Amino acid sequence: MQRRVLVQEADFDVSDECRALASSSRCGAVAQFVGVMRDYNDGDDVLAMALEHYPGMTERSIDAIIDSAAQRWPLLSATVIHRVGELLPGSQIVFVGVGSMHRHAAFSACEFIMDFLKSEAPFWKKERRADGTERWVDARDSDTHALNRWSDHAE
Amino acid sequence: MITVLFFAKYREQLGLGRMTLPLATATTVSELKIRLVADGGDEWAAVLFAGNTLCAVNQTIAHDTDTIGDGDEVAFYPPVTGG
Repeated sequence: MQRRVLVQEADFDVSDECRALASSSRCGAVAQFVGVMRDYNDGDDVLAMALEHYPGMTERSIDAIIDSAAQRWPLLSATVIHRVGELLPGSQIVFVGVGSMHRHAAFSACEFIMDFLKSEAPFWKKERRADGTERWVDARDSDTHALNRWSDHAE
Repeated sequence: MITVLFFAKYREQLGLGRMTLPLATATTVSELKIRLVADGGDEWAAVLFAGNTLCAVNQTIAHDTDTIGDGDEVAFYPPVTGG
């Protein structure tokens, strides 16, 4: 399986990533997710965000998530790109893309990887609000609950 | 020696991102926490004894009963918020 895991400050190009995911002649489906920064969170206007991570463990944790996905679905390619540093509203934050022979595996694996990334990969967001204050974003219970469905049934 | 790391909100609360300690101070994650709180006080208890504090040993998720050996890297961090 072709694999690409990047943690970087730079932006990414979705069409370049899509082409790379589909490069195998057996690939019949590519599913992609792009996370984008909002200008509004928990009732407040957000001007900017700083993303911190745990270098080394982040990549290791994403690799392990891709390994788990590859055990459940027949994947030909998987790419995860997560940005860190200062981001402004409208910025792309995260890219998850998966290539497979058929759409079901691609859709499911893409969602699986994103769900586990949200709850396991060591990234933290700090928001700068319109009133000048800063706050660390709290983890959401809904992200933890999103994992449950992957243990309830096979796919 | 072991290296202890703190991330995000915890790094700011403690005013510290990295420290090194002689190994003799702890043999499990739980003993390390108790030792750090004994030395550091309430601020450290608020971080290390919070119910949702996560720990990794050598960049793999660890639990209170897991052991720590010489040269290990131990990290404490709040629930993650990436994506």
